[in-house]
Amino acid sequence: MALLPTTTLDAVAPGEQVTILTLRGEGAVTQRLAEMGMVPGAHLTVVRYAPMGDPLEISLHGYHLSLRRREAALVEVSRCR
Amino acid sequence: MPVTPRQTIALIGNPNTGKTTLFNALTGLRQRVANYPGVTVEQKLGELQIDGTAVNLVDLPGTYSLAAISPDEMITVDTLLGQQAGAPQVKGILAIVDASNLPRNLYLVSQLIECSLPIVIALNMMDLALAKGVAVDAARLSERLGIPVIPTCAHRGTGIVEVRRALANLCNGRVPVDGPRFPERVEGALQGLQRALASLALQLGRSIQRVEAERILIDTEGLAARRLIDKIPAFGVQLTAWRQQATENGSLAGLEAIIRYQWIRQVTDVAMTQMTSARKTVSDRIDAVLTHKILGTGIFLAITAIVFQSIYTWAVPLQDGIDTVLGWMGKHVTSLLPAGALQSLIVDGLIKGVGSVLVFIPQIALLFCFIALLEDCGYMARAAFLMDRLLSRIGLSGKSFIPLLSSFACAVPGIMAARTIDNRRDRLATILAAPLMSCSARLPVYTLLIAAFIPPTAYLGGWIDLRGLTLFAMHLVGICVAIPVIWGLKCSVLRGQPAPFVMELPSYKRPSLRLVAFRVYDRVHAFVRRAGTIIAAMTIVIWALAYFPHEATQAHAIDSSALGRIGRFAEPAFAPLGWDWRIAMAAIAAFPAREVVVAAFGTIFHVGAEVSETSPGLRAALQTATWPDGRALFTLPVALSLMVFFALCCQCGATVATIRRETNSWGWAWFTFGYMTALAYAGAFAVYHIAIALGG
Ligand SMILES: Nc1nc2c(ncn2[C@@H]2O[C@H](COP(=O)(O)OP(=O)(O)OP(=O)(O)O)[C@@H](O)[C@H]2O)c(=O)[nH]1
Ligand SMILES: [Mg+2]
Repeated sequence: MALLPTTTLDAVAPGEQVTILTLRGEGAVTQRLAEMGMVPGAHLTVVRYAPMGDPLEISLHGYHLSLRRREAALVEVSRCR
Repeated sequence: MPVTPRQTIALIGNPNTGKTTLFNALTGLRQRVANYPGVTVEQKLGELQIDGTAVNLVDLPGTYSLAAISPDEMITVDTLLGQQAGAPQVKGILAIVDASNLPRNLYLVSQLIECSLPIVIALNMMDLALAKGVAVDAARLSERLGIPVIPTCAHRGTGIVEVRRALANLCNGRVPVDGPRFPERVEGALQGLQRALASLALQLGRSIQRVEAERILIDTEGLAARRLIDKIPAFGVQLTAWRQQATENGSLAGLEAIIRYQWIRQVTDVAMTQMTSARKTVSDRIDAVLTHKILGTGIFLAITAIVFQSIYTWAVPLQDGIDTVLGWMGKHVTSLLPAGALQSLIVDGLIKGVGSVLVFIPQIALLFCFIALLEDCGYMARAAFLMDRLLSRIGLSGKSFIPLLSSFACAVPGIMAARTIDNRRDRLATILAAPLMSCSARLPVYTLLIAAFIPPTAYLGGWIDLRGLTLFAMHLVGICVAIPVIWGLKCSVLRGQPAPFVMELPSYKRPSLRLVAFRVYDRVHAFVRRAGTIIAAMTIVIWALAYFPHEATQAHAIDSSALGRIGRFAEPAFAPLGWDWRIAMAAIAAFPAREVVVAAFGTIFHVGAEVSETSPGLRAALQTATWPDGRALFTLPVALSLMVFFALCCQCGATVATIRRETNSWGWAWFTFGYMTALAYAGAFAVYHIAIALGG
């Protein structure tokens, strides 16, 4: 099995689909992200970054969510394919 | 027949799922607002007729989860669990679920299932789900959850009758059982914690249900645990032990989410089918334009300009109309009543007082019309998305943009618009800085003083002149001061972790005009009722100060009035700004509304109160006013100091009253008044002395 490249969500380019591996941290922010469906195994697509580079828009579980890069940096993902 | 206490059903669901629409459809707008002390959360209480008996329905603010981090969220949970002081005991839950976004909506449902209350689910937005190519089978969902599930399209009124029928059987319905199961370890810790809490029931003054115990155990930064430890500090150690017992490593909250989403997966496998493969929806295509780097930014600026321009200019004819009607009423009363205290009270006190409330209505209504339209079609979330980066530099988020922008027209609707900011500290910082934005009520002051004292020197071949530049500079003063103020607030009284900006971007939809009309009505009504009374009262107080003690023989009664005396008394305090007692008096008289200063100048400098900022008589009177020793009173430094004072001060009763209403605290209202007055004084002082030093 080939090793899938892993990275954090803030380093993913628009249009790319990724799978969540883990969610770092224990605080309220992490909890909110998890409640919104960012759990290990969930697939998400980075839709776009805002014109000034932050925040970013992702789509998961069939809906769209916006979050800042600093929150996205808490999400470890692996690229699909 | 025995009188039974009325039963209460809570309406709860994720934000933007149609709760208010469903609530209005069910209650037919028979509702009142419950405002719990401490935090501003308005819960709408409505009355619902089921088979001839009245039942209360509470419209709770939208929430994604029962894990409460802010006080507002805690109130929702407390109301649900019957722990909110003053709120009625909830006997059943009407959970609203967005069918077009089922998995995430089921997260809250999975928590509600554990509340030991009977539940009915309204499966709303069935039309949107279909449009998205998602088929949700209500019957299978109902079977899987053991809960009645009613498909609805709340905005068209479909399914309302069925919801009502299901609610009739709700309160004696059975409690659902089939929720997600925690691993044994967590379950064991949870039960242990519950036993420990049960033995503390006496000390706590209440018993704690399983759902709350779950929140105490899992939410390390949540309010449920914090409030318990605040009450019984010794319990902290024990709680940590239970948490360690529940999980060896890793976050308990993360584990909870994993388990719940596993359960959700099982449910959606049974009840939901994706009919078409995920393709670009219309909403995605609109979004590609509206959040485009160049196009999107351009459209955003255009929309902003239209909103701003309209509240700035479209409201003016309406406001002038109100002024005309009130002026006509005043003349009528003057001709009907004999001159004297009563006539003056009605004309200068009551009619002016009511007028100073009414003039705000066109701007509030227009602004909320725009906000409701933009919010309802889904654009507002995109505006926040586009502006977030800019505002995050001063510690706010994109959600503060519209409130701050609106404040350039008028701080009152701007402050009210801050309700859309869910983070309490961000919301307060926005509210406290909003009055610094240069509102349209400052224009008369600027116009008068600029026309009288700033020469119309032209630059760049007549494209701009010094007067225009001064006006522009006055607008900049507010922004330049607001930036350090917000920054300072966020480092001091409103210090805390930066709020996460995790925001749903809803799909675009056609706005519902009924909902827009309802929101406009709601805001105007709230303003008139809560803020209006205070403004009118303050206007009458100032009238009394300017009227009494009354000596009819005096040509200029105001000079000898209480206000005149206050002006003379306060003169030394204002001397460092270059002002004499008459200017001081005008500034004090303008406390309820800063634009009153123009009329006050008219009265004080003996032109009569029937003046406007453009009347040449008043301009000349100001230009020729002198100190007792014959020096000109209004020099350029004095005019500048006065303008800067009015740029920064909070001379607006409506603003103070609105802050009090929106924060539910006189403390924040007076804090704003205090800090702005201090800034205004310091700013005027600095400008006066700098202008003198530069040889003005
Ligand atoms: N397509 C569609 N739109 C709906 C339906 N029900 C409500 N809406 C629309 O959804 C939008 C949001 O409705 P609201 O009633 O304000 O939602 P809410 O849950 O009260 O929102 P918050 O108070 O912000 O949490 C409005 O534009 C409604 O007209 C529905 O069944 N189908
Ligand atoms: Mg609502």
